Order: sequence, then structure tokens, then C-alpha cells
Amino acid sequence: MENTVKITVIDRNGVAHQLDAPTDMNMNLMELCRSYELPVEGTCGGMALCASCQVYVLSTHVPLQRKDAEQAMLDEAWNVKENSRLGCQIPITETLDGLVIQLAPEVTVSQSDDDW
Amino acid sequence: MIQTDIIIIGAGPVGLFTVFEAGLLKLRCHLIDALPQPGGQCAEIYPKKPIYDIPGFPEILAGELITNLMKQIEPFKPGFTLADPAVSIDETEDNQFIVTTKSGLQHKAPNVAIAGGLGVFVPRKPPIDNIAVYEGKGIEYMIKDPEVYRGKNVVISGGGDSALDWSIFLADGVADKVTLIHRSQSFRAHPDSVQKALDMAALGKINLILDGEVVGLKGEGKLEKIRVKVGQDEYQVIELDNWLPLFGLTPKLGPIANWGLEIVDNAIKVNNATDYSTNRPGIYAVGDVNTYPGKLKLILCGFHEATIMVQSAFKRIYPDKKNVLKYTTVNGVHGF
Repeated sequence: MENTVKITVIDRNGVAHQLDAPTDMNMNLMELCRSYELPVEGTCGGMALCASCQVYVLSTHVPLQRKDAEQAMLDEAWNVKENSRLGCQIPITETLDGLVIQLAPEVTVSQSDDDW
Repeated sequence: MIQTDIIIIGAGPVGLFTVFEAGLLKLRCHLIDALPQPGGQCAEIYPKKPIYDIPGFPEILAGELITNLMKQIEPFKPGFTLADPAVSIDETEDNQFIVTTKSGLQHKAPNVAIAGGLGVFVPRKPPIDNIAVYEGKGIEYMIKDPEVYRGKNVVISGGGDSALDWSIFLADGVADKVTLIHRSQSFRAHPDSVQKALDMAALGKINLILDGEVVGLKGEGKLEKIRVKVGQDEYQVIELDNWLPLFGLTPKLGPIANWGLEIVDNAIKVNNATDYSTNRPGIYAVGDVNTYPGKLKLILCGFHEATIMVQSAFKRIYPDKKNVLKYTTVNGVHGF
């Protein structure tokens, strides 16, 4: 299809969804996931304020430059890894073709180790 | 007890505009909000960000929109209960509602309009299983009175402005000992604060732990020690009086979820075909807090919903009174 790229999203059950992502709709990855009804909340509407759209970028061909507001948010979020990004801060462009991302887990309370 | 015609829960843009539309129908309003100032997210989170889809304003800063709305509703003299979230709604025998806030203040009206947006902003809590046990017993998510920490051994977690500012403040002759734990190597706070904290760390006034995260809590009756994971596989145990995890705020629907309203996907289900009423007659929901088929979370849609809703609220108060739509251009605005 014209003006679309392929983006693979791995959901929290490990299922891979190959999505046709429009490059001409001014969309970001959070909005893309929501439009395909994947379980991404996007509570704050895309202002890098809630981290509910955190994803792990699995492919290496996309630059991982975090934006300032995004970095500040990730500093306060949980389950953050080196390849964490906020989906709402990644606009869909042609360079994303073939991108593979994984949805970060929802915040779950970890059982603390009592042996210390 | 505060008595009014419509109690509006949430003083964001849509809650504020509800006052205007209600005022045109000679209905009085009282607004309740958890935040200390009106404006909701627009005032608290992004006052300096531009909004481009308010009809008639090619561009307006969120803070300016709130200033303008406050000016627009001024003739209708709304009441405000601020910095005091609504916690319950009870129905009275005379078919009215009593909304009680956290401080115990009661508000009575025949109609309630919930314009709660994303809910209340609450501190982001670290996901540690027994954290609730120590809340108020050594763990605080907000610092209300720094004197509480005088002479204490305090640990602060976080890398933003509030974590740094409080570390600097408490380490400067207030607390006996201050440890600052941050999960990465760099800070996002204001550069001056970062430099000051690093200087104090160099002087031994702040015990700075980078790449660290609190992973365990222990204590009998109150928090006594924490376990900190440092780097990949190193652990430290720190004895302390207080742990202050300062990781910012996150929106939660909060008490709204417990008011017997039908909730779908974190929003209140309303009847959009009629008047944005919830499943409890007399309680309406407008703006981002509601949901219906085709819902769009936009300020402008909230304005529309509020305008429709007050017509229904009017009918509930004055079932026999005639009411016609009047144009402000023809009639002007007549305040109270």
C-alpha cells in the first residue's frame, strides 16, 4: 500500500501483530497500537506524562534518541530498559519500515526477596 | 453545608465552562477539585503549551484558556472547593445529592456534573509488594512539613526536580543524614539543582547512590531498613527513619470508580443520545471522564456536552418551568 510501512508489535502474550502503519496520517506508535485495538492505554493522550505506552524497540535499524520530556518520564517509570521508548513520542515515518517493538509489561508488583 | 444547583466535580476547562452554560439558565454552580487551583491539567501540567483546536482561537496557551474561562464565568460567581478531592456522593431523601470531600466538607445540590478528566493525579508508587504496610509509617510520597524530618535519617528516591530539591533542602541542616538514590547516572532536574546536589555529595552531605533502586522493605511496625539494588547484581542494606519515593504523579480515576457509576475502560458510561446522564439519574459526566460510542476526548467536545447537559439539569430542578434557548448576542450575559 502507498504511504504505509510495516511495523510488528509483540503484545504482552508474546503474539506478533504485523500492522500497516500510515505515514501520512500524522500518527505515532501509541496511536497506531490503539487504532489496532492493542492493549496500549495512552492515558495522557501523548504528552509523555504517563508511560502507559512504553515499548521496547527490538530492531536495531531505528535510532533510539529519546526526547527530553520522554527521558524525564522514563526516569520515573518502571520496567525501563536500555531500549525503552514511549510510543507516543515516535512519529510514524518511512524510516520505521520493518520496525519490531514489544509492549512493556503493565506495572506489576514484584514479590520482594525476604532473604536479606 | 454548601448548597447549590449543580455540583461540578473537576475544575478543568469543561467544568469551568459548565458554570457559564448553567449560569445562562440561572443555575448556580460550585466546583470541587483535588488541585489547589482551577484549570485541571491545563493549569497544572501544561500551562505553557499551545492548543490549536479551540474554535475561534488559531492558537491559545492552555494557561490562557483557563484565565479566559475564569473571566467568562466570573458573572456567575461560582463557588470553589480546591485542594480537596471529592470522595463520596450520597443521595438524600429529598432527591438531592451530598458530595463530601476528603476534608469532610459537604456540598448539597439536586444535580452533580462529573468533569473529572483523567481523574486525580496521585503519586507514582514503586511496585514493591509490602509498600502499603509502611505508608505513613516511614514512607511518604509527598513532603508536607519538612520539620518532620529534623534529625532523621532520610532516604529519597528519584531523579527529578522534587527529589533533588528536597535532598538539598533536607541535607542543609534539617535531617541528620540524607541519602539520594537515582536509578540512572544522569539527572533530568534543573542543572543548578543537579550541580548543587553533586557538590553536596562531594562534601559528604548527601550520600548519593546512582544506578540504584529500592527493591525491599523491612521493619516491625514501621520502616527500619531498605534493600537497594545497585548496578546489575550488587545489593546494599540501609537503615533509616524515612523513605521518600518522589517519582512524580500519575493519573488515576480514584474515588470516582466507587460511586456506583457504570465504568467502561476507565471512563464513565453516559447516554450521549440525550443529556450525558450516567446510570444514576441526576449525576452527569462530561468531558474526558465520560465515554459513549464515537467519543472524542477533546476540550471542544466537552464544551458541547456541558451545554447539552445543563438543559437536562434545569429540567430536573424546574420540571414545570418553560425554558427556551436564548442567544447571548441577543440577550447579553446576566450574572448573579
